[in-house]
Amino acid sequence: MRRRSPAFLAAWLLAPSLFLLFLFTYVPILQALMQAVTLEGFGGKFTGYGLGNFHKLFADAGFWKAVSNNAVYGIGTVAPSIALAVVLGVALQEATRLNAVIRTVIVFPVVLPLVAVATLFAFVLMPGVGLLDYHLAELGIAGANWLGSPDTALYAIIGLSIWKNAGYYMLFVLAGLAGIAPELHEAAKLDGAGALTRFRRITLPLLKPTLAFVLVIALINVVTQVDHVIVLTGGGPSDSTNILLNYIFQAAHQQGDTGRAAAATIVSVAGLLALSVASLRTLKSGMHYES
Amino acid sequence: MSPRGLTRALRGRGARLAALALLSGFALAWSTPLLWMLNASMRDMPFGARDAASLLPDFKPSLAHFSDAWTQGDFAQWYLNTLIVTLGILAVQLVTITLAGYAFARLEFRGKTIVFYLFLLQLTLAAPILIVPNTLMVVRLGLYDSLPGVMAPYFASAFGVFLMRQTFKTIPRDFEEAAILDGASFLQMIRLVLVPLARPGMIAFAIVSVTSHWNEFLWPLMVTDSPGKMVLTVGLTSFVRSAEQAADWGLVAAATLLVAGPLLLAFALFQRQFVNSFLFTGIK
Repeated sequence: MRRRSPAFLAAWLLAPSLFLLFLFTYVPILQALMQAVTLEGFGGKFTGYGLGNFHKLFADAGFWKAVSNNAVYGIGTVAPSIALAVVLGVALQEATRLNAVIRTVIVFPVVLPLVAVATLFAFVLMPGVGLLDYHLAELGIAGANWLGSPDTALYAIIGLSIWKNAGYYMLFVLAGLAGIAPELHEAAKLDGAGALTRFRRITLPLLKPTLAFVLVIALINVVTQVDHVIVLTGGGPSDSTNILLNYIFQAAHQQGDTGRAAAATIVSVAGLLALSVASLRTLKSGMHYES
Repeated sequence: MSPRGLTRALRGRGARLAALALLSGFALAWSTPLLWMLNASMRDMPFGARDAASLLPDFKPSLAHFSDAWTQGDFAQWYLNTLIVTLGILAVQLVTITLAGYAFARLEFRGKTIVFYLFLLQLTLAAPILIVPNTLMVVRLGLYDSLPGVMAPYFASAFGVFLMRQTFKTIPRDFEEAAILDGASFLQMIRLVLVPLARPGMIAFAIVSVTSHWNEFLWPLMVTDSPGKMVLTVGLTSFVRSAEQAADWGLVAAATLLVAGPLLLAFALFQRQFVNSFLFTGIK
């Protein structure tokens, strides 16, 4: 082994991973690009290259509906679940036995498969007899057809996502909080700062890098999690819960329009790449803040 | 203590108790879907029962819903398929990430930065986005509707490579050099010296990998077709569809618990390890 150069050894060690990445990441991206610019006539016959699939995609009202749904879904899940994660993290920071139990309960949904969450929520959100309506009725509040009405379905899906993900984000917040020196709080306390002031002036600024990071994961989840939509609504009623990945899934799997699906894939890939470039920047500025 | 100090102390205590009560109430509300699943799966409950949403146990637990689910669904096959997929992916991953992780941690070579970014690309482009082109690739490789087809796209893991790179960097080089001087071959050195020392990193990776692939749904749904190739998540959705139409909620709860139970139990038992490895995903 002494005789081999490090470059030779490295090539040999990296080859299995790179070969697999080539097959299942690089080629598929190129393939999607090719497919997006390949035009097909009736019966899937090749008719040429061009941007026709993108024209078709951008002319499709369903696509824009999916983009706007995804935006609402993104804002609706990301902001509340991160806020919840921060509040719960601060409240459960102390390592008491009760806190440990509550933390566990909050994190349980994280290890649940998203489809299992969906099958549970199919009952939770069932009109009349379901968990939510049944117990709302005990409080004298009328229920609704949460998943069946276009006005509420997306919000029901948002609620489900918050329940599934908030605990995951809380774990990062707890780790971030553990990194804040307790002396800072004690000094501020001696100076007469109340709990709210200390939260605003010490906790929140020092948590900024953690939160920037959690924001990135949360945004990626918004684009890549779709199982609950497929199981519960299939994008309906009247497209009110159709988010981008479900749109791609339907175009490819149910409508067999691979060109349009590929074009939508390319748009999503570009979005994710832009997101991660932007996030690398925020992360860097976050680190900068810390040092 | 002065009277004023005493009232302040009492008020502080009152606020603390109120906060605790609020938190406990919140946690209770948060856990109702899971409590319901646990309760409904063991309650003797007829089809379409009006009080299906009740959270009160009957105190005569029955396993009837579980045995019904087991006989009506193909759970044994689905369990087997999920086990093959999750453990198969993990086994191959551990090999690929150990080799590549070592290269990044220990070797200097030209183009290292470029290769690093090539790996990073996989982290950014989370697999679900590429389902359409990846399905075509699986078809072209002749792996459609087979378990290897479900597994193959995950055999390389950029996340795992970066994790192993971090792990190897914490291990002093002396061990490797001593082993090589003692006449061990390169692969022997990795297997007998580095792998045992890197076990914490590998366990962290294993937890993340198994959890995510046990729970995965969309990809196996895309690339399998025949009932015999269904994994637990795909089986669950097809099974539950008919049980829901029959409003057989006890059966739905039992089937869901059969799928989610193993990981919930593992999490409850090894909470610290799970939390630590979830935090590792933070490295990406």
